Parts: sequence; structure tokens; C-alpha cells
Amino acid sequence: MLEISDLVTAYGPVKALDGVSMTVPAGKITAVLGANGAGKTSLLRTVSGLVRSRSGQVRLEGRDITRAPVEEMVRLGMAHVPEGRGVIAELTVEENLRLGGLFRKDKDAVAQIEHTYELFPALGERRKRAAHTLSGGERQQLVVGRALLARPKVLLLDEPSLGLAPMVVNQIFGLVRDLVDRTGLAVLLVEQNAKSALSIADTGIVLSLGKVVATDDAKVLAADEQLRHAYLGF
Amino acid sequence: MEKFLNITLSGLTVGFIYAAFALCLVLIFRATRLINFGQGAQAMFTTYIALELINRGASYWIGLLAALVSGFVIGGLVERFVVRPVETGPEINAVIVTLGVFIFFVALAAVVFGNTFESFPSAFSLTGLQVGGLDLALTRNELYNIAAVLIALVLLTLLFQFTSLGLRMRAAAFGQEVARLLGVRVGQMLTLGWALAGLFGSLAGILIAGGTLVSPNYMDGVVVFGFVAAVLGGLDSFIGAVVGGLVLGLTNSYVSGYAGQELITLGALAILIVVLLLKPGGLFASSVARRV
Repeated sequence: MLEISDLVTAYGPVKALDGVSMTVPAGKITAVLGANGAGKTSLLRTVSGLVRSRSGQVRLEGRDITRAPVEEMVRLGMAHVPEGRGVIAELTVEENLRLGGLFRKDKDAVAQIEHTYELFPALGERRKRAAHTLSGGERQQLVVGRALLARPKVLLLDEPSLGLAPMVVNQIFGLVRDLVDRTGLAVLLVEQNAKSALSIADTGIVLSLGKVVATDDAKVLAADEQLRHAYLGF
Repeated sequence: MEKFLNITLSGLTVGFIYAAFALCLVLIFRATRLINFGQGAQAMFTTYIALELINRGASYWIGLLAALVSGFVIGGLVERFVVRPVETGPEINAVIVTLGVFIFFVALAAVVFGNTFESFPSAFSLTGLQVGGLDLALTRNELYNIAAVLIALVLLTLLFQFTSLGLRMRAAAFGQEVARLLGVRVGQMLTLGWALAGLFGSLAGILIAGGTLVSPNYMDGVVVFGFVAAVLGGLDSFIGAVVGGLVLGLTNSYVSGYAGQELITLGALAILIVVLLLKPGGLFASSVARRV
């Protein structure tokens, strides 16, 4: 579904990504793990076009999208949930959700929003409230729900567990897993919380200083004690 | 009593015009976090375009339409070709560039239309209305001014609150990066925001000019008071701009009526200081701190 090859991204002389390659297949969750500064967020920002790569290629369903503008990505089938600040705080919950399906030509976006409220009842109760009144968990539900309204083929998730209670993390991860199994969505998940991420992922990729140092089945990675100690901190 | 009533009425009339001008500053500040110091000069230039057409035999309404359309176009062009190229640099660059826009249009107007005073026709009669034997300091033309600003305000609110275009414009203003990730063409929204501001500025310019004299500098005072009104209202709220405009219009009118005309600017300064001391963000600041 999504193929990344030899991606290099640099901020001035500092290389955030140093020749990263990976494949994110449909119907699977690919978790990218690593310490702070390993290049995880840079990877997602480069893939979605917020940051321009120096070299390398990103392909979506075989099509080269490396130079496509950010605004086009969602139309091409890629949704990116950025780290932490994904809600537009001044807009209401419902307005945030409407933005998710805005570019779609079909008219069932309204029905889809109702469906999102069924999925996340807390959002339904607060639909007319400004998004800044939501709790951290509700905000994360909102941004995930909003990304799904675009009916993406590939979902990029940046640290969805950040600052959330374990119960909320489990709920969101469970939902994503279920969606991937039902719809064949491809998920590229970036997490510092390696343990939870590996528990729902199919494949794990470990980044360190902008390079891929390990790629393996999630269960194998979780069992590799040496790797866990060296890079994942659990 | 009659004096108080009339001072209040003229304060409200002026206040609505400040409000219209404050609105266009707010439109731009919300979208780009900038004050466009060229706004008044752009409006002045489009008023001259209207005057030129009227002097050649067109009706007031054709002139108004031409001013609004040219204000819209000029606003969009200024954003796209003057402000956009410097937007990535330090904020002060863009501010200086808008000062350049101000100088450019004032100079261009002087060259093209002449650096003299010319009278601008009013849409309606300029004689005061009489209600129940009371002579009011309110003319048909001033009623038209108020109505025009209110209609424009309602249309603007409808656009922003109830259309998908308005939603996209607000998203682009409040969360640029997120909006782009959701497929909103942020650049187009910014251009449109500046264009709408240009349109509003031109409306304010024409209303102020009605029945008085215009010169390349006739908007300068309005720019100052419109800016104060916008700051009073919190700079990013439409309601705030209107309330700020009315508060300032009334203050100016009371000060001028009871204390003396030479104290108007002092009164404006006093109300600005008092409001900012009590509510540093302005009366209606709508932006909230973002938690990460």
C-alpha cells in the first residue's frame, strides 16, 4: 500500500531521517518505535509532505507522491493524525468532524458523522461544544474519528497514546485494530510507548538516529530482550 | 435630553463605521496574525474609483459596486503577491510591507486622481429627520450607513458560521497545519480572507466618504480609530469589532459633545487603556491557549 524507500530528511546539517525504507501493507499495523529524536515524527511529517525530503521516494498504491502538496494527500487516500495538537480548539466538535469529510464528493458524510458519535458517545454528547473543552482522551477520539471520516487507505498515527490513561489507549488501539481487520486499512503507527504499540501491531520497526535498526514481526520484537533494552526501554 | 439623544445617535452612526473598518482588520488578523496598515489606503483608492465612475455619469450604486469589487480584487492581490512572499520571514517584515502598501496607494491616488479635496455624493438625503417635533441628528444617509454595515455583518456571519467555505476559512485561520492535513487549501483561504477584508474596507470607505470630501488621506483618522476599535474587541472576534466600534463611537461622541472636540483622541486613548487594563486580551478575545 505505502512504500517508503531511502528517505532522507534534514533540518540544516542534521539528518532526521537517514535513508529510511519500509513497506506498510494494507490490512496491517506497522509500528515504528524508538527513543525521542529517533526520527519517528519526522518520518510521518515527511511522508505526508509537511516536511520536504532531501531524497528518496514515497509511493502510495504504486503512485509516486513524494512531491505532492500536503493538501492533496487526503484526496489521494492518506490521513495523518499529528502529534498532540490535532484538534482545532476554537471550532466545535461537530465542525472538527465536518472538516474530516469536507473534500468528499459523496453526500453520506452526515451519516458518517452520526456513525462516529456511535463509536465515541462522549463526542456525541459534546457535539456543539468547542473542542478545547474536551479532555485529552476525547480529543484523541476526535482526531482519530475525524481522520477516519476521510475514508483513508493509509492512516498515519503520531503518538496516539501520549498523555492518555492506559484505559483510553487500549480503547483507541482496539478500535484501530478492529478497523484494520475489517476494512483493510493500512496503519503506520509511531509510538514511544513500545509495549502497547507492539501488542496491537503486526510488524515493528525500530528507528535510531534516523536509521532503521530492526524490522521484524511485532511478537518477535517484543520477545527480543536485548533489542528491548537497547532501544525500547522496557 | 435632546442633546444627549442626538450625541448618542451620532456616536452610534460613527461607531458603525468604525465597526466596519475594525471588521476588516479582524478578518485579516484572524487569518494571518497581521495588521494590514495598508487597509485604509486600499479603501481610499477604491472610493476614488467609485467617484471617478460617478463623475462620469454612473449612479451612486454602480460606484458602490465598483468599489466593493475592486476592494475585493485589490485585497486578494495584496495578499497573494505582496504579503505571501514575505510571510515566511520574521513577522515585522510583513508589517513593514503593509506600510509600503499604504504609501503606494496614497501616492498612486495622488498621481492618478490628484492630491486635492473632492466632494463625494451621498446615497440619501443629508437633512436631519424629525420625529414627533424632535429634531434628530440622524439623517436618512446615516440610517443607510447603519443598515449597510448591519447587512454586511449578517452576510459575513452567515458565510463564516453556516457554509462549508466559512468552515474551511476558520479552520485555516485557527489551525493552519491541521487544516492542510485535512485537505483545506490554506493559501486560497488566506487570499479569500484578505479579499473579503478589502471588500469590507471599501464599504467603510464609501460610507465615510458619503456627503463629505475625499482626498488621498481622508481615511487616515478612520484607520486609527478602526484599529483601536478592533483592539478593544480583541482583534479576532467579529462581535468584538462591532462592540469595540460602537463603544469607541459613543465615547468619542460624548467626549466631543460634553468636553470638547479637541479631547476626542484623549478619550479614545483613555477607553483603550481602561479596557486593556481590565481585559488585556480585549473584550471578546475568542482564541484559547492551546494545550499540547
